[in-house]
Amino acid sequence: MARQLIKGNEAMAEAAVRAGLEAYFGYPITPQSEILEHLSRRLPELGRAFVQAESEVAAINMVYGAACTGARVMSSSSSPGVSLMMEGISYIAGTEVPCVLINVMRGGPGLGNIAPAQGDYFQAVYGGGHGDYKVIALAPSTVQEAIDLTVLAFDLAEKYRSIVMILADGSLGQMMEPAELPELRPVVRKDWDWAVTGAIGRPRRILSSIYLEPHDEEVTNLRLLQRWFEIEQNEVRYKEYYLEDAEFVVVGFGTAGRVALSAVREARQMGLKVGLLRPVTVSPFPFAVLEQLSRRVQGFLVVEMNTGQMLNDVLLAVKGRAPVEFYGRPGGIVPFADDILTEIQRMVSSPLHVVSDPRKAWLERMLTVVR
Amino acid sequence: MQKEIIIAGFGGQGVLFAGQVLAYAAMDLGKEVTWIPSYGPEMRGGTANCTVVIADEEIGSPLVKRPPFAIALNLPSFDKYEPLMQPGGVLVVNQSMVDRGPKRSDIQVILVPANEIAEEIGNKKLTNMVTVGALVAAMPELLTLEAVEEALRGHLPARHQHLLPQNFQALRRGYETAREQMATV
Amino acid sequence: MVTVDAEIVKPENQVYCRPRSFTDFSTHYCPGCTHGVAHRLIAEVLDEMGVQEKTIGVAPVGCSVFAYNYFDVDFVEAAHGRAPAMATGIKRVLPDRVVFTYQGDGDLASIGMSEIMHAAGRGENITVIFINNAIYGMTGGQMAPTTLPGQKTTSSPLGRDVELQGYPLRMSEMIAKMDGAGYVVRRSLHDPANIRKAKKAIRTAFETQVRGLGFSMVELLSTCPTNWGISPVEALKWVEQNMVPVFPLGDFKVSSAVGDLRF
Repeated sequence: MARQLIKGNEAMAEAAVRAGLEAYFGYPITPQSEILEHLSRRLPELGRAFVQAESEVAAINMVYGAACTGARVMSSSSSPGVSLMMEGISYIAGTEVPCVLINVMRGGPGLGNIAPAQGDYFQAVYGGGHGDYKVIALAPSTVQEAIDLTVLAFDLAEKYRSIVMILADGSLGQMMEPAELPELRPVVRKDWDWAVTGAIGRPRRILSSIYLEPHDEEVTNLRLLQRWFEIEQNEVRYKEYYLEDAEFVVVGFGTAGRVALSAVREARQMGLKVGLLRPVTVSPFPFAVLEQLSRRVQGFLVVEMNTGQMLNDVLLAVKGRAPVEFYGRPGGIVPFADDILTEIQRMVSSPLHVVSDPRKAWLERMLTVVR
Repeated sequence: MQKEIIIAGFGGQGVLFAGQVLAYAAMDLGKEVTWIPSYGPEMRGGTANCTVVIADEEIGSPLVKRPPFAIALNLPSFDKYEPLMQPGGVLVVNQSMVDRGPKRSDIQVILVPANEIAEEIGNKKLTNMVTVGALVAAMPELLTLEAVEEALRGHLPARHQHLLPQNFQALRRGYETAREQMATV
Repeated sequence: MVTVDAEIVKPENQVYCRPRSFTDFSTHYCPGCTHGVAHRLIAEVLDEMGVQEKTIGVAPVGCSVFAYNYFDVDFVEAAHGRAPAMATGIKRVLPDRVVFTYQGDGDLASIGMSEIMHAAGRGENITVIFINNAIYGMTGGQMAPTTLPGQKTTSSPLGRDVELQGYPLRMSEMIAKMDGAGYVVRRSLHDPANIRKAKKAIRTAFETQVRGLGFSMVELLSTCPTNWGISPVEALKWVEQNMVPVFPLGDFKVSSAVGDLRF
């Protein structure tokens, strides 16, 4: 299929349709409403289900119900809306039914703004809802990747009976790039042995997140963890740029990662041996490759559009074997490649130390620039 | 090769579509391209704008601090982007909407009376296409006029296809105006 | 030594049995609670309509949280108040199935007010069985949105003061105003005559759904002797004497299509 110039939000929506999305439930919120709008047209014309819910709370619970039938189902929202969904997300995780969620992140906390940000990393990667569970979180940085990961998300969700969250940001949602969409797959309802579809010719099934006996809940929690380790084993994805001979490594995901690529290229032109690691799955996080890099490089620079969240995972992987620096632009600011290049130059030319919280030095530098 | 273009003006001047036309042309030539509307820090300043990046390889940042190419469709955009241009860069200015000449001498400023030209063609909405034509004249290594015309032909919605001849005229008038100015510099 | 007359156990003499749509399970409900009656009526209706295999139930959070144990049909368990949203998700994907929620007054009229109103507004083809016993049962007898003026609960110990704690909500009357609602009625479970009427209403509600005639809800005035602090018999009287005057029984919405139904 030919490349077409397509907006990130529409690309994700159409990719979901072509991956066999059967039902969508959502509530309008900027900067992701194009997903809802696109599906409000596409799904009915294909005879599939679309409901504009009364709230994100209702939307996620509609997703929950539809997911229990074994259908391919999803919702999308942006930061404040995803916060509202956290109740349902925890229930879905506890019930072990598959679904796909897209978070086109914007500036926060609170109402924040509608500009691109990455402040929901902790919420996506470390839970957000109550209880012991993890979701698979995929972080696309280009429109093509957003398409490919949306398709992958449905397969992973079903494979692991898990929630898969696409962790995008407003910049990717609003950006147009040439990209290729997959062919339209027919909807195939698989005959899951867990799905609630009416007990026709079989014993009844119950889907619930209740395990009243603590022992049963403990067993469930251990099963979820076991499955998570399987996901960690099989599904870590990342992209490497110029790492073969790199002495310094920039780490960034999503939009921050792609902006960092421009900075790394410029640094290379200056003769600096800098590479880029861009996690594609931020959950499971690519700990192993970072651990290996930490044994041979002189320093890391973590770049995020927040005040340092993925930074924690990098520190966990590096374990003090190399200095880790941080550069973040929170609140809806997309860093310029020039700004990251300046940070790379500073890192390469000044003595580095292993510190417990690299954000302290970063904050001091920021406060001289941003007032 | 990678080049960045910022197009800025008032909302309603066709800023976003002008950028899309360039993006379509670049895509059809087999290049990598990104188009992003005013979004992020550059949002401030009272102008609508979009950034188009055209490259031969995977594009990193879709935004640029100091563009080598820009179109300013109004005075606030001229005021904002003239100081930000890369030295040696080309800034196409809609002369109809500004009351001053360039301040910098290390960039090339092409002044195009785009409103008047569009009105002569008979469609005030073509201001943006006049300036796109002018910009294309300044970056022959990136895009050709024919490529932009093909992009319009291929991607203009069906209900606007009857406006193609006027659009082509606008592009050419802008292109010629720029060529004349560049020849005299 | 008990002897059973072989005559009596002949099938043609059977007047009562467990409905097929019920599991062989003792309920966890308190003595004198009418949840069991409501459950049985639903199961009998599913049997009579022959839709047991096609039915998917949505259990709430509240005393009837374990309703899924008692019905021999596919079931899911919703978050508190969200059953109508979950039922919407199921019904939109499986439109030919019979989908019902079973919700108490805290679940439906308090935390789930938004979900129930919008499900009705959309005219979702689902059936809602709404158990109104004017109190929070599972959490230990706190004030519900349907608690009567002056009624003592563990969170209105001096009696519900309408100046401070507002008035009871009449959900059926409110939902009946919705264009999407096809059938909305209130019945009571306080005596056999009313129980029979309740069953008929439940049947009508499910018939409304299977014929695609819009949202259907049956509100059932129910007892909670444990949290009301009275005996089961007194509780039945309490429903009749105190609840019915505040929550009048009747049909609040019967669309013309539903009114024409014959089954």
